[in-house]
Amino acid sequence: MPRMTMIEAIRSAMDVSMERDDNVVVFGEDVGYFGGVFRGTQGLQQKYGKTRCFDAPINESGIVGVAIGMAAYGLKPCVEIQFADYMYPAYDQLTQEAARLRYRSNGDFTCGITVRMPTGGGIFGGQTHSQSPEALFTHVCGLQVVVPSNPYDAKGLLIASIENPDPVIFLEPKRLYNGPFDGHHDRPVTSWAGHPLGEVPAEHYVVPLGKAVVRRPGSAVTVLAYGTMVHVAEATAEETGIDAEVIDLRTLMPLDLDTIVTSVKKTGRCLVVHEATLTSGFGAELAALVQEHCFYNLEAPVTRVAGWDTPYPHAQEWDYFPGPARVGRALRDMMEA
Amino acid sequence: MTDGQRLSLHVPEPEVRPGGKPDFSNVPIPKAGSVRRPEVDVDPKEIRDLAYSIIRVLDREGEAVGPWAGSLTDEELMEGLKHMMLLRVFDSRMLMAQRQGKTSFYMQHLGEEAVSCAFRKALLPGDMNFPTYRQAGLLIAGGYPMVEMMNQIYSNDADPLKGRQLPIMYSSKEFGFFTISGNLATQYVQAVGWAMASAIKNDTKIAAAWIGDGSTAESDFHSALVFASTYRAPVVLNVVNNQWAISTFQGVARGGSGTFAARGLGYGLPSLRVDGNDYLAVHAVAKWAAERARRNIGPTLVEYVTYRVGAHSTSDDPSAYRPKEESEAWPLGDPVIRLKNHLIRIGTWSEERHRQMEAEIRDTVVAAQKEAERHGTLHSGGRPSMRDMFEGVYAEMPPHLKRQRQQAGV
Repeated sequence: MPRMTMIEAIRSAMDVSMERDDNVVVFGEDVGYFGGVFRGTQGLQQKYGKTRCFDAPINESGIVGVAIGMAAYGLKPCVEIQFADYMYPAYDQLTQEAARLRYRSNGDFTCGITVRMPTGGGIFGGQTHSQSPEALFTHVCGLQVVVPSNPYDAKGLLIASIENPDPVIFLEPKRLYNGPFDGHHDRPVTSWAGHPLGEVPAEHYVVPLGKAVVRRPGSAVTVLAYGTMVHVAEATAEETGIDAEVIDLRTLMPLDLDTIVTSVKKTGRCLVVHEATLTSGFGAELAALVQEHCFYNLEAPVTRVAGWDTPYPHAQEWDYFPGPARVGRALRDMMEA
Repeated sequence: MTDGQRLSLHVPEPEVRPGGKPDFSNVPIPKAGSVRRPEVDVDPKEIRDLAYSIIRVLDREGEAVGPWAGSLTDEELMEGLKHMMLLRVFDSRMLMAQRQGKTSFYMQHLGEEAVSCAFRKALLPGDMNFPTYRQAGLLIAGGYPMVEMMNQIYSNDADPLKGRQLPIMYSSKEFGFFTISGNLATQYVQAVGWAMASAIKNDTKIAAAWIGDGSTAESDFHSALVFASTYRAPVVLNVVNNQWAISTFQGVARGGSGTFAARGLGYGLPSLRVDGNDYLAVHAVAKWAAERARRNIGPTLVEYVTYRVGAHSTSDDPSAYRPKEESEAWPLGDPVIRLKNHLIRIGTWSEERHRQMEAEIRDTVVAAQKEAERHGTLHSGGRPSMRDMFEGVYAEMPPHLKRQRQQAGV
């Protein structure tokens, strides 16, 4: 089976989708000739022509608004917002338009668009190139939110997103593009070459939306994570020797509650980790759901480890990033509770 | 099937891509001195043609010619040359520092030095710039200490912004430099608001908004033009057209409007286009526009036609999207060489003195760099504290953040 980095897997997903369906079009800032600042669309314009893969003006509300119009016509646009931090001008189009087209027209118009956005930190990008805005989308009814943690999932989930009849926000943890990252920033970088999930079929396949996966089975505590934090959680479980069950949510909306509840009922403990700021983050939703569904099985309070409630700083990147030290401390505290 | 005509989508492309021969024959360059200089209170309707021309002062021989010449003394021109040379050396040292791993990121000005350096000299103390990431000349020509800029770039323990911001995202109210944001175009409409406030308070200060060609596509650019036009805000609306928005050529943002200056016409704004590599022309036009704002006549849109010789940032390689030799083919030349040649032509400068000044400037910048590095660089030496990360989110730290800071152990 071919080996791919996450960015190659994402590119392959668009390639396969464009090959199969000429309604799939790809555009965004620098995505045409250059192939995107992270090279996610490299080669697509050359292969499919400039009316199916092209550079957009720097206008995010325009990119999303145009995609909505195309979807209303019947195309399947997969557009790129260069950094998730740049999506705010498009928020109106995403939340009040894309998310509600089906509902307000009673299915007369629908909006099968995919909006790709590099998310998260770990690359010294400072406050406008490091944000994790997933909770701003999970809060909006009508949107689906996907956050892959590895090349295999990234490709299958992106194909599923493009084929989905409703809008999908596809958040790509940019720190994972070229290799897994467990939060140990002071160790040599690793590549996907040695990782089992770096094996990616060249052809079409789907990882269904709404299905979580147990990355590491365990019995002591359930760790709910997505994106980069899946790797941090796995590494922390190994390093602390705490037998944590690490669940990779993969899709935040719709959420695979069954997998979560089954696990927490087994372990009796639940830690939620995300890189986004703590307050009103997606972890709050997860914590609420776990206590609603597993209250009588809990042996410790549901705990959250998240980014501090500050903008993502530049110099203090590793003080901000919820790495193995903070996750490990939380796990130990929970086991003592 | 209908009998209607089959449609096709127009997707603009630059004249040439890597491997091709650079071609700027589609960029008409009017002769220096050929564009008229209207009075500042001219009816915008009467100067619509200026949005499609290019105001130039320095001719090929280095003479300052035409009605826009003469806005600066010889001494001021010498100072202007020095500012541009300082900025160029500063850029090359900081670019090298980034390559050496002393910081994470850098953005240089190569080829565009005249725009911000000359514009700054048309402002008065108290005026406010709302810059993008490529106007450090506003600080250098405004006398801001270079060491402070380096401290910010290094995110060290003397960084005035406490390590919070990406390198080059400076901020200095004292020096008329609004805090830079890493997203695009947001500052453009804020500049209009600042100018409206100055008018509301019957103040005398004006604002200057800055944006690149690519970002004029953002809605905030158009919002700025609406508000500036409606309230006749005392603001100079600058568009720096350096031809490239990362890999995207300026035609993608410009669309069918011909020029970026022409964007202003629909809003009834006087809109000028100027040779951005001509220090004298930039200053003369900036002064004209600043005077309109200062005399309460209203806003002006100015497009600076220039060329980004270097990469967009340290994160891209321009040879992947444009011919390597394109910058050499750029018809408006190099701003430093053009001003140097002018000063030699008028007899106040020589090649020898120029080389001497280059050496002096290098020494100045290296000394500043050494001083900054004593305070640390991004990954070694002094650094801002983790405490600094928690401060400044609000004027007063709310309880939840205090708890988080305690949890972090600082």
